[in-house]
Parts: sequence; C-alpha cells; structure tokens
Amino acid sequence: MAIIDKPLALPAGEPRRAARPLGVFTRPKEQSGISAWLTTVDHKKIGIMYGSAALFFLLIGGVAALAIRVQLATPNNTFLSGDAYNRMYTMHGTVMVFLVVMPIGAAFANFLMPLQVGARDVAFPRINAFSFWVFFFGGLMLNTSWFLGGGADGGWFNYAPNNGVAFSPSHGIDFWNAGLLIAGIGSLTGSINLITTVLNMRAPGMTLMKMPVFTWMTLVTQFLLLFAIPVITVAQLLLTFDRRFGANFFNVQQGADPLLWQHLFWVFGHPEVYLMILPAFGIVSEIIPTFARKPIFGYPFMVFSGIAIGFMGWGVWAHHMFVSGLGPLSVTAFSVATMFIAVPTGVKILNWMATLWGGKLILNTPMLFSIGLITQFTVGGLSGVSHAIAPSDTQQTDTYYIVAHFHYVLFGGAFFGFVGGVYHWFPKAFGYKLNDTFGKVQFWMMVVGFNLTFGPMHILGLQGMPRRMQTYDDAMGFNFWNLVATIGAFILGVGVMLLLANVAYSYSKWKSAGRPNPGPDPWDARTIEWSIPSPAPSHNFDTDPVVTSLDDFWHRKYQEDENGVVRRVHTGEEIAQPGNGEGVHLPAPSYWPIVLAFGIPIIGYGIIFNLWLCIPGALVVIGALFGWALEPADDLDAPGHDHGHDGPGHDGSGDHAEPELETV
Amino acid sequence: MTDVAIPVEHAPAEHHEAGHASSLGLSNTKLAFWLFLGSECLLFGALISTYLLSVGNFVGQVVAGNPRVVSTMPAEIMNEIAEKGTVNGFFDIPFTSASSFILLMSSLTMVLAHKAVTESNYRASKIWLSATALLGATFISGQVYEFTVFYREGLYYDGNLFGSAFYTLTGFHGAHVTIGILMLVALLIMAFKGKLQADRAETVEIIGLYWHFVDVVWVLIFTVVYLIP
Repeated sequence: MAIIDKPLALPAGEPRRAARPLGVFTRPKEQSGISAWLTTVDHKKIGIMYGSAALFFLLIGGVAALAIRVQLATPNNTFLSGDAYNRMYTMHGTVMVFLVVMPIGAAFANFLMPLQVGARDVAFPRINAFSFWVFFFGGLMLNTSWFLGGGADGGWFNYAPNNGVAFSPSHGIDFWNAGLLIAGIGSLTGSINLITTVLNMRAPGMTLMKMPVFTWMTLVTQFLLLFAIPVITVAQLLLTFDRRFGANFFNVQQGADPLLWQHLFWVFGHPEVYLMILPAFGIVSEIIPTFARKPIFGYPFMVFSGIAIGFMGWGVWAHHMFVSGLGPLSVTAFSVATMFIAVPTGVKILNWMATLWGGKLILNTPMLFSIGLITQFTVGGLSGVSHAIAPSDTQQTDTYYIVAHFHYVLFGGAFFGFVGGVYHWFPKAFGYKLNDTFGKVQFWMMVVGFNLTFGPMHILGLQGMPRRMQTYDDAMGFNFWNLVATIGAFILGVGVMLLLANVAYSYSKWKSAGRPNPGPDPWDARTIEWSIPSPAPSHNFDTDPVVTSLDDFWHRKYQEDENGVVRRVHTGEEIAQPGNGEGVHLPAPSYWPIVLAFGIPIIGYGIIFNLWLCIPGALVVIGALFGWALEPADDLDAPGHDHGHDGPGHDGSGDHAEPELETV
Repeated sequence: MTDVAIPVEHAPAEHHEAGHASSLGLSNTKLAFWLFLGSECLLFGALISTYLLSVGNFVGQVVAGNPRVVSTMPAEIMNEIAEKGTVNGFFDIPFTSASSFILLMSSLTMVLAHKAVTESNYRASKIWLSATALLGATFISGQVYEFTVFYREGLYYDGNLFGSAFYTLTGFHGAHVTIGILMLVALLIMAFKGKLQADRAETVEIIGLYWHFVDVVWVLIFTVVYLIP
C-alpha cells in the first residue's frame, strides 16, 4: 500500500562495479503494483504480506470455530456430522496455530526487528521472501484439502495410531503432513535469517543489552523455531512414510510404540506454544512503557526471563502426556519443571505491572489490548499451573478446561497482544493511524466476547465435558454454558472483524482529510524505529543510527536538566531522519523466491496423489535454484545503481549472492 | 563495465566499517550456516532416537515370538536375532567400516581443498575437490550396494520396524551426502571455469562445514546402528 516509494537509488556520481554478474538472468524492475509485491525482498513488505496472509487464514480458522460453536450450541445438534466435526476442530486448531498465530509473530518480527536494530534489511532478503512464499503456499495446500477429500481429522496434535491409514483413510492427514512440512521449511529458513540479522546486523553501539525487548523476544522465538521445527519435520516425515510408503513407525501390530509420536510432537509442541506467546510479550513490552510514560521496569529481568522461558520450554513437554502412563518419576520431574516455568512468566507479568504502577497512563487502544493480554494471560497461566499438578491434570485432561486454558493464553494472550501491536505500529507501516474510538469499541467487544466464549469452558471442563466431542445429551447439564459460549463466540467474531472495518474506516477518513502524515513519532515513543518517517521508507534509515543507550530515541528526546528533572529537549520530528534515500543501495527484487516456493507444493501433491507429479515439481525447484544462483548480483543496468552508503542489507543478495546458493 | 577507480570516500574498507555488516565479526552466511547445522543436529537426533526405539521394539517382538511380526526375512536370521537379542549380526561390519573410513578420509581432502583455494592454488584445489567428491561418491555407492544386499536378504522398507527405521536413518544420511556431492560438483565446475578464486574461499569453507558435519553424523550413526549391540 503506502509503503511503495519513489525510486530509491539516486545517483551519487559513482562508477559501476567492474565485476561481471555470474549469470545471464535479469532482476525484476517493477516498483509498484502486484508484480512488485510478488518479487519484493523488502522485509517490511514481506512482514505486511505475512500479516495479510495470516488474516486470510484467520477467516478460514474463524469460520471453522464458529461452525464448532453452532454445533455445540444446543444438545443433540445435527448441524455437523461426526466426521465433519472432526475435520472442523482439527483444521481450526491447525490453521490457527500454524497459519495464523505463528505467521503474525513472523509478520511483526519481519517488519519491526530490522527497524529496531537499525538494519537496512534482513541478512538474506531473497531467502526472507522465499520463507514467506513457502509458508503461504504450504498453508494454501493444506487448505485445498477441503476440496480434495476433506480436511485432516486427527486433532491438531494428530496422535498415533489414530493418524494411520487404518483409522483415517482419507487424504486429510496427508495434506496435514505435506502442508505443514512445506510451511515448516519457511519457518526454518526464516528463523536462520532473523537470528543472523539480530546477532550480526545491529546498529553501531547497539549491544545485546541495548536491544528493545521485542527484538530480544524475536531472537528467543527464532531460536525456539530453529530447534523445534526439525523435530516436527521428522515426526511428519515418519508419518508420511507410514501412510504413503508402508513404513511401520507407528504400526502397533509390528510392535511400534505410538507414544513415539506424542514425544516427537510435544518436544516440538511445547517450545511451539512459547514461540507463539513470546512475540506478543515483546509487543506489549514495547507498548506499555510508551503509554505509561516510563521505562520498562527491570529490563534485564525482562530479557533473562524470556531467555529462561526459551530454555525451560524444552524440559516440560511431557506435561501434555501425564495420562499416557509415563511412570511416577517422569511425571514428577515434568510436573516440577512445569511449575518452575511459571516463575519467569510471573516475573514478566510483575514487571509489566510495575511499569504501569505510577505511570501517567494513556489508555488508548494499544494500551488496552496490552492490559487485556496481561489480565487474560494471567488467568490462562493460573489454569496452566493447575495442569502442572499431575493429579489435578489427570482430572482435567481432554476436557474443556484444557480448551479454556489454551485459548486464554493463545487468544486472550497472544492474539490480544498482536491486535494491540497492529494498532501501535500501523502508522509506521501504512502512514495513517487507526481510529482510537473504533479501536476501543473493538477491544471491549473482544473482551466481552472472548470471556463469554472461553470463561464458561472452565466450568464445562470441570463438570466433565470432554473436548472433541461432537455433541452432548440434554440431561448432561452442559446446555446453558454451551449456549453462552456460542453467543460469546459470535460477539468475538464480530469484534475481530472490526479490525478490518477500522482499517477501511480510518483509511477513508484519512483520505478525505487529504492524507495527513502522522509524523515519524506519533506516540512519543522510545525505540529507534520511530526515528524514521511514517510510513517507513524502503531504505529504512538514511544513515546508520548510532545507539548509545537502551530506548535510544527517547534519550535523545528527553534529558535531565540541572535540577535532575527530566525535560523534553527535542521533539521526535526535530531529530527524526528526513527519509532521504539518496545514494542508498538496496537489494534488488527477485523472481526466484516465489518460483522456488511454488515448486515445492507440487512435489507435495505428487506424494499424496501420484509420484509422477513429483517430477515437474522437482524440475521447477531445480530450475528455480539455478535461477536463484545465477541471478546477477544486482541489476547493474538500473539507472543510478551505485554503492553509496552500503547497508547491511547489501550482504544477503548483493555481491555475495553465490554463497546463498548453499544456504537454501 | 570499465574499471574506474573507486572514490576514496567510498572505498570498500571504509563502508564495510560504517556498514557494521557484522556485529559478531563472523560473516552472515557463515553464521547462518552454523545455525542451520544446529537445526540439523535436532533432525538427526530425532531420527536416531526413532531408530533406537524402533529397533529395540522390533527385537523385543522377535524375542517374544510375536506371531504378528510377520517377517519377510529368512528364518535363520530371525532366529539369530531372537537368540542374541540384537540385529547387529545382520550387518557386514568390515564392509561398512571400510566405507566409513573412506567417508572420514574425504573430510581430510575437504580441508586440503579449502587450503588450496585459500592459497589460490588452482591445480591443487581441483584435485582435492575432485578427490572429496569421489570419496563421497564411493561411500554412496557402498550404501547402494549395502541396501541392495539387505533388500535381497529380505529386509524391506515396508516389511518390519527394523527395515523402516534402518532405511530411513541411513537414507537420510545418504541424501545429505548426496547433496554435499552436488555442492562439491558445483564448486568443481566453478573451479574449471576459473571462478573459484581466493575471494570465494569462504564458500568452500562453508561447504566444508556441511561436509564435516555429515561425516560426524555418520560416526554417530555407524556407532549407534552398527557397533553397539
């Protein structure tokens, strides 16, 4: 949208580089329109595309959720058959986890992190584009299963042996495997890319302990992804081999142990839940200090508790398996470890509250959503501690109490944080603010809808209503709270959709007001992404920012006077960079990431339907890899191509394009 | 494309300094590759765990005489597995030791290749890169031969747990070696075109990292699968 700028590389009177490009291909030249988006390697556009794709999948997952709630609204309902119901909740969980919450985290990481560390782009811009496209095509492929024999029906964690051909003969689970394997490639390449960016491309002076909390949480999240993705990849490959090629990994008749699946899945799955919540923790850690007008309380504790969560998240997976007969020693160990992990999470909640304490609170929409996260995540965290106690968990396992718990942390926590983040950084991405009154209406609708939907599930769960149950009898006593939950779900659905309505409303208001610019620093914020114009120009920073302290931008605006009183010495507008991209070299767009990502699902369809189809898929992949490798380092013929203030973004697809070949 | 002197104020050394291209002093590509190898550790870790669990369960079923474990393998092999409580008797350890030695030697030639490229010794770099690729290819040929022999002896991929686990684990490793060979061939093509000069030494080093990693994983797999009962 508004991100597209005038051509950026302006002449600086320099000679062209003498080196010849390695290949014969050219780079795309489009600066605007659909093809510019398809070939872009700009981390900000890729972040926006991650967010838009996640919203698209959110519609699918949301419709599935509402279908589930309609089915459960009344006893003995026949709105969905048992089979359709199985597919509905499986696809709801899978889509929401893998195609909504994870990519929204990736959207924020992509858009914000390079701005927060003062980088020109991510370390490998083409691989970044590839990560997005392969996630998107993997997600689309997963959802084509609706039309090709029905979605997966094994639950989002898809336990063995129920996931074998014998119990699930349709192709749903094959699509689940293939789609998520393909999306996983994107997560893996994305994590490598973003970790490299954080570790290696920070602005001068930005030591690790001067990084914004969001950047820290991105780093922890991407490390979790880096080590969790290969484990689920192995699990899904083994299952694919079982289902498609007759292997026996989960074949109980041959003596296989189906618990292997549970272990592999949850070794991935528990880090997975932390990597879904930590980006939202990072977002509210940016929003709360901004609108409490105070620095974050206990920054080192904030950082180290995030790291602690990242480490401890690897030692708690078996708390998902307390009723699987692990033996008392394992159960005790994992029970204790799970209680311990509540400590760093509690540290974070305390620090947010201490940041709010005594602050001059500005209760606008981002702040309300942040407070919503703290409150609702705490509720979910407390019910989580009650699962850590194994005897209590034995009672709660596979009931609606669990459903209530993880929706409180993932929806009431992560998703609320994300919506707050959208309101907060919207002007930086698109150049206009979202309407605040509209946002407050949305917040309260979402709070009411959310708690009406998932609050009663605690009661239903403790009454013994099992999850994944298609219907219930009139005499079971579940009628009232189920009806309440269904009503709440529709309020919540409208509340979520209000975000899109607000975007449209605020856009038309902004347009009719003559497109006023919100200025670089509309919130009087703290971190360096607010020191560049809104919307952020393609080249991010005109010159490399030099960072001297945590919350560097704030310290440049405010200083202590001789009486020790903090006074504003500059406005954000005064010290912000003008957004003049003269002489900046940017990585050129590329055709090949999307082509490469397109070839991979063809192989996936081949494995499901007909192995011959793998050949064209592999040809596309190999051709794209060659195109990628032989693509000229840059478009040397573009007017004004030069090597002016050479930014770090240069390294990825600049004159070191060849080493990228091996990294793919 | 004429060579014009670069203005002093934009000399590469200076803008590299100002460009803070690397906060850690390690190039992006190399850092990224180390991260990728860290991820690969978990991949092979999960595969090796799966192998150990599956073969343990398989042997347990054979020892217990579970009639459902219908085997396509000859009775004398099954009896031996049941007697000794291990599948190790099935392997040809001297043969695989030889091919393991060949693979390990390829790490040495890889190091020599990297040294040759660093020193811009084109002849030596061509020789050592070819030697590495050939040693790798010899290892893969040995694996193909081994798979063929095992298949003729009745160890099918879809036959039992042992077959599934063995072919999956060693097959994944073989695929990694094959990808490594393809990368070496790409380097060789560049070398013969005269494009593999000292400024690309890091590319060779990174491919070397991958190659050494795959070798180390093989040491682990060879020990776990073939040697430890």
